[in-house]
Amino acid sequence: MSTKIINFVEKNDRSTYIFVAPYVILFTTFIVIPVFLAIILSFTYFNGIQFPTWNGINNYIYILTEDEIFMKTVLPNTLLFSVIVGPGGYILSFVLAWMLSQITHRARTVLALIIYSPSMTAGIAMSVVWKIMFSGDERGFINSMLLQLNLINEPVQFLQSPEYLMTIMIIVSLWSSMGVGFLAILAGLLSVNKELYEAAYIDGMKSRLQEIFYITIPSIKKQMMFGAVMSIVGTFSAGAIGVALSGANPTPQNAGQLILNHIEDYGLMRSEMGVSAALSVILLGIIFFFSSVFKRLLKEDE
Amino acid sequence: MSVGTNFNPRRFHKSQLKFYLFLGPFAVFMALPIVYIFSTAFKPIDELFAFPPRFFVRRPTIENFRDIFSFVEYGLPVARYFMNSVIVTLFVVGLSVLLSTMAGYVLSKKTFKGQKFIFEVNKIALMFVAVAVTIPRFLVISNIGIIDTMAAHVLPMIAIPVGLFLVKQFIDQVPDELIDAAKVDGAGDVYILSKIVFPLVRPAVATIAILSFQATWNNTVTSTIYVNDELKQTFAFYMSTLTNISNSVAAAGLGAAATLIMFVPNLVIFMFLQSKVMNTMAHSGLK
Repeated sequence: MSTKIINFVEKNDRSTYIFVAPYVILFTTFIVIPVFLAIILSFTYFNGIQFPTWNGINNYIYILTEDEIFMKTVLPNTLLFSVIVGPGGYILSFVLAWMLSQITHRARTVLALIIYSPSMTAGIAMSVVWKIMFSGDERGFINSMLLQLNLINEPVQFLQSPEYLMTIMIIVSLWSSMGVGFLAILAGLLSVNKELYEAAYIDGMKSRLQEIFYITIPSIKKQMMFGAVMSIVGTFSAGAIGVALSGANPTPQNAGQLILNHIEDYGLMRSEMGVSAALSVILLGIIFFFSSVFKRLLKEDE
Repeated sequence: MSVGTNFNPRRFHKSQLKFYLFLGPFAVFMALPIVYIFSTAFKPIDELFAFPPRFFVRRPTIENFRDIFSFVEYGLPVARYFMNSVIVTLFVVGLSVLLSTMAGYVLSKKTFKGQKFIFEVNKIALMFVAVAVTIPRFLVISNIGIIDTMAAHVLPMIAIPVGLFLVKQFIDQVPDELIDAAKVDGAGDVYILSKIVFPLVRPAVATIAILSFQATWNNTVTSTIYVNDELKQTFAFYMSTLTNISNSVAAAGLGAAATLIMFVPNLVIFMFLQSKVMNTMAHSGLK
């Protein structure tokens, strides 16, 4: 009997590790190791051909002091883009999800599907449509509309002019930002216990606004957190859109250049893998920083 | 009735009108670009060149789709890229569902060394942006010798931190008693996972399937950087090269048709599985 139990335990233990191993191996190989490799490479000089040589923190110093494009355009661009698309998209997804939670099931399903569907399209795939819409000649849909309304006299080079590129990138990214986070918040809202609201009204709560701040948000805090992380990650991964729209990296006069494009520019075009890796580390650091700040914000009033 | 109890209502009430008033036009605005692709994809060549451009197609034709599939690049028919995409996607979706449920099950229901650590690291990896480490990933992929193989499409896409996270949270809802009872009856882990846990966590499985489908089906990075062998590149990549012919009006019809081919499978799958996805998302909380 006792050997049977030991066998049972052993058998189970073994299968535990067998079950978790494949995921852990792939996860380590393609996620953990690349991140560590990026950290190590960021301290080296590496051109992709010769073996990397130690370079200390020179890449970081170079990025912060000598890379004019980074400090003058890439960093401000990234901050502008992420501040509007990140919190903007997040607030929008909360407002939309909240409104959707106030209507009946069937209508909600249809509307939620429509609102979610842009995020199913890879941003790059959809850039075709945006390219057609914002096309720089009079056959571009937006141009022809503006011409007919006599708002402009000649077609505007939307995607090639530095003045418009960033705005269009922000619109397109907001349009496709109602992703997994939006679904999580909506699902959270629908799972709040109705009795909580009833009790609160009996206790003297008066307005919808109070209701949102005192009941709704605290009840779905976990989903809000998940949604926030997804939205931060989504915002910073959206970097490819500027290059896809303008068809060039660097984008015209670096108008739509974000950290992600800069990483590619250094790594793939200039073969400065060390600098590219340092930029990756900075980007991952920024994402990590914002996620932790948000975590703390939500935790504080617990 | 107090205001708060109005959420998730059973029937229509005129107090809901104001939400429709906002959500309706907003949804139309969100849908316009997608409607525009549908319309443009079916436009014949003279309507593509029409001035002023029309939003909706007048005389729909499937010419654009026929053109895409009759294209030959590097001596390869486009159908080849399409098949590559289908095969790669099937493998990734199948394997990521299998491996995440296996890992999710033991992370949720077993106790073993390193369990907490694995889940914590996976949680941190939720913040992982794959494109940020494209080059280190390239070094890993080339060092394990899978560059220019189908494995380069499949293996890096299987472990999705969000997928494992969601499925583990979902399996947490499965009562321990159910599993203990099966164990007493002599069931092994494989049996418990396949016959008890798996059927109960179908919503989470559907969600991983969708997430990995979208990531893989839309993926162009792999073919751009890790797979240069034309025989093994994917439809998404081919499509992105097609649309790089910027500002050409004739390419617009092809581009729209290709975008539609990319988009429709995503849409159909999500439509079928959306209730399951919503069910999973309710357990998506992150502390």
